[in-house]
Amino acid sequence: MTAAAASSRDDRSSGRERRERPSTFALILNNRLAAAGLVVLCLIVIAALAAPILPLADPNATDPASRLAPLLSPGHLLGTDALGRDMLSRLVWGTRVSLVVGVSASLIAAIFGSAIGLVAGYAGGRTDQMLMRLIDLTMAFPYILLALAIVAILGPGLINALYAIAIVNVPFFARNIRGITVGLARREFVDAARLSGKGPLTILWSDILPNVLPTIVITLSTTVGWMILETAGLSFLGLGAQPPQADLGSMLGDGRKVMFTAPTISLVPGLMIFLIVMSINLIGDGIRDALDPRLRSGALARPAFRTKVAKGRRKADTDGEQEPLPADAGGVGLDPLPAGEGGNRYPPLPCRASPPQGGRSPSVGLSERSISPLEGEMPAGRGGFQGRDGDDVASDRNDNPVLAVRGLETDFHIGRSVYHASNGVDLTIRRGECLCLVGESGSGKSVTAMSVMGLVPSPPGVIAGGRIGFKGEDLADAPDRRIRELRGGAVSHVFQDPLATLHPLFAVGDQIVEAIRAHQPLGKRAAEAKARDLLDLVRIPNAAQRMKALPHELSGGLRQRVSIAMALANDPELIIADEPTTALDVTVQAEVLRLLDTLRRERDTAVLFITHDFGVVSEIADRVAVMYAGRIVETGETAEILTRPAHPYTRMLIDCVPVMGEPERRLDAVPGRPPAVNRLPPGCAFADRCPRVQPDCREGEIPLETKRGSLEARCLHPLGPGEALAGGADPLEARP
Amino acid sequence: MTPPSNVIEIRDLARTFGGGRTILGTKKPQLTAVRGVSLDLRKGETLGIVGESGCGKSTLARMLVGLDRPTSGAIRLDGKDLSSSGTRALARRVQYVFQDPVSSLNPRQTIRDILEAPMRHLLGLGSKERKERLEKLIEDVNLRPEFLDRYPHEFSGGQAQRIGIARALAAEPDVVVLDEPVSALDVSVQAQVLNLLDRLKRERGLTYVFISHDLAVVESVATRVAVMYFGEIVETAPARELFRAPLHPYTNLLIRSAPVPNRKRQKASGDSGELPDPYDPPPGCPFAPRCPRAEDNCRAAMPALEAKDRGKDHRAACFHPLSRR
Repeated sequence: MTAAAASSRDDRSSGRERRERPSTFALILNNRLAAAGLVVLCLIVIAALAAPILPLADPNATDPASRLAPLLSPGHLLGTDALGRDMLSRLVWGTRVSLVVGVSASLIAAIFGSAIGLVAGYAGGRTDQMLMRLIDLTMAFPYILLALAIVAILGPGLINALYAIAIVNVPFFARNIRGITVGLARREFVDAARLSGKGPLTILWSDILPNVLPTIVITLSTTVGWMILETAGLSFLGLGAQPPQADLGSMLGDGRKVMFTAPTISLVPGLMIFLIVMSINLIGDGIRDALDPRLRSGALARPAFRTKVAKGRRKADTDGEQEPLPADAGGVGLDPLPAGEGGNRYPPLPCRASPPQGGRSPSVGLSERSISPLEGEMPAGRGGFQGRDGDDVASDRNDNPVLAVRGLETDFHIGRSVYHASNGVDLTIRRGECLCLVGESGSGKSVTAMSVMGLVPSPPGVIAGGRIGFKGEDLADAPDRRIRELRGGAVSHVFQDPLATLHPLFAVGDQIVEAIRAHQPLGKRAAEAKARDLLDLVRIPNAAQRMKALPHELSGGLRQRVSIAMALANDPELIIADEPTTALDVTVQAEVLRLLDTLRRERDTAVLFITHDFGVVSEIADRVAVMYAGRIVETGETAEILTRPAHPYTRMLIDCVPVMGEPERRLDAVPGRPPAVNRLPPGCAFADRCPRVQPDCREGEIPLETKRGSLEARCLHPLGPGEALAGGADPLEARP
Repeated sequence: MTPPSNVIEIRDLARTFGGGRTILGTKKPQLTAVRGVSLDLRKGETLGIVGESGCGKSTLARMLVGLDRPTSGAIRLDGKDLSSSGTRALARRVQYVFQDPVSSLNPRQTIRDILEAPMRHLLGLGSKERKERLEKLIEDVNLRPEFLDRYPHEFSGGQAQRIGIARALAAEPDVVVLDEPVSALDVSVQAQVLNLLDRLKRERGLTYVFISHDLAVVESVATRVAVMYFGEIVETAPARELFRAPLHPYTNLLIRSAPVPNRKRQKASGDSGELPDPYDPPPGCPFAPRCPRAEDNCRAAMPALEAKDRGKDHRAACFHPLSRR
């Protein structure tokens, strides 16, 4: 059974991939401020806990003879207060009381507040309305006023102050937790729990609470300090601890009366409150940073303007002569942004019936090169980049590729490991040509495409090597200003989810106008006219009205058309489309694909199209590059690669998907999983999953070389024309 | 009165969201996701339900397992109406596999907790019996027993979906509703899951409702197919029959739109792909505005789902059905 074999191998590999992420505690300790806070707080807590066994004077014993003794007087290290009580002893005992009250109040508030939040959030509807309006009611009063009112009703005293503070803080927890619960209650795993026959209370307790717990802990850790402050406040006003009992607030209150004669008496408890609250807040921030998944993933860190380029970037040709980057002979040069005033909206690009100028010569492939380790020193790139012979360079010059990526290496630095997401990729796209980049998720196809315009988030992404040739200039070397000029100008992007890429609060027309005016010196009117023409161009019915529509008012298909219109706004020479039709319905996808295909042919635009669907590939691509584990494993012309691939991986990738009109075909899953790109095996990365694997596959660098026709593959034992993998009949050959 | 071959009979099932009035008495907008669906599920078959986003197929699926209650209509399980008795009653017999395998597993529970829940709460099994069944179950879906003590984030999409399938089977249901079970998976593992589903169905005598927008997948697994458009079933037929010669122009459009490797389409059909406004549905056939064969009577009334000239199993809701090619 294929599935069985597949899964058992699959399962073995996952064992190794257990988390490398440091534990939460280690993360907190890593944060220096939080660690410092932890040390301070630990010292304070230990002192407070040890108060009964420490050699301290009785905190309540008055000694009028030695009242208001200064700091460091004999017998009284911190002096004495107005009644002659030992300050050190009172400080330690007072801290103990304040900590206990603050922490218990927080816990009570957390328990009740979270319970209310959980029930309100999960039940929804009327229960939610009732509970939350009650909470709103308590929040309508200034908190200290409410606390005072509660103490006034209950009477002064430490325990009553504790209740007051807990009650005042319940809404804080309730609102926070409700928000999280509402989101969780609509999640699929809660539906799954209902289908498992669990009742609402069981679901709340066993499914939702564990997921809310981190939030409760975060909220708790950031509020304890605040609560201690509030307790001190009430005691300071004489409503908390009653004399002679010491707590930090009441000590502060006592000190106030002799503030000018003996300022140290209020200074000492004040300093202690400061230390406690600050250390708790530092720890709280540390806990939040460590637990909050958004902070953990680095999502809240501001991404750099463009992907960092490593200083000692390997340039693939360090020891050969400089390979000239493809230069543009067409004269469009570095000014790809034609002003579009008046009728001449589009530059007179040469029109051409389908195949690109390069014709169908083998060199249209991703740079053909012969491999002979004997004849030349291997260049430094890890992708097995080889020097190119002179003929090739010449043909490159004549063909004027728009994009020529050579030996691109994009790494991700996560923790201590380095992931080679893009590992020596070469791409060449000529004017008017569409290259499809195909692969499983995680193969590095998106990272490769994003690297072109420096859109890989940094940190953690780094361009560690290679060159990104765009019409003769190396974009990895280009200054930020130039990149900004190119983005959305000569190079534009279309992404998978237009709802996420369009701004939700601006009308789509305004967004297109903005894109136009960012690159062209057009007035508002002219830009609006152009935007309308663009919407017409992508066949949006009723374009003038749709200009005013917000993205969410349009259907998915229309939204993607708007994205395409925006990508075309500045007459780009290269469109990078990252799975632009994956989120669309089939009928809409068909239309959008056809639209893209027509437009790029009409305007002679180069397209880098990323997809995982071979059906889509045959609709739009001139050439295909198959990626696996950060490398291109096979490339060639579309028809050839789809019918007679040379690399076993390509064959398997095509065979594992059901195809319309062939319901009887047996589906073979690709066994196992791709290797982790932070520890690639030597030799072929696909060897572990390959049915044709031989011992030599696991040794040394396997180059991308010409196999037959237009096909180049990184394989030592390629398939013959039309050859099927062992076991299954070739479905395409077998078809009547 | 129920023929024994039908496990589930759905009659005039409808689900409306919103509606009613606000405190001030103004009408709230109302949206009908499923409008009067009648369908029989026969024992042992795989019924494919295809349609595009917004056609109501997921709402229908959720009602089938009791996650959502129908506004009107009946779901009869072996002749007994269970449409309003909630999740528990239906969950014993009908289980569900979610589209996104990872988000349907609770990140803070071990696989053991997740798989034991249906055995404990629906079947009421003791701990010893649960343990035995768990081991058999996890092997049935090609996972190793030591995985039971791991957490969902440690699994790949394909493994997580196999756990999702195991959870559905833990309740020993007769019917499994699969809502886009392979759409969220990488192409290379889709086949694993499809092959596994096929084997489990044979071994356990299950009946599947397989919901998908991917026609190629449905064609390869389904024995019978129902096509939904705008909350209604517009065509049902045995799978081969439907894909070979559809009656409804919408089915035809769907089939022609699916991209197929090595088949390049000729030219644009000019289809807008737009659905009617769900808050203001048209009186006649909802597909009429997009339909090349639409005539006046299409815009006046909705045609009934009825057998045309292809035998009683092939039914379509269309006044001007396509002829056999």
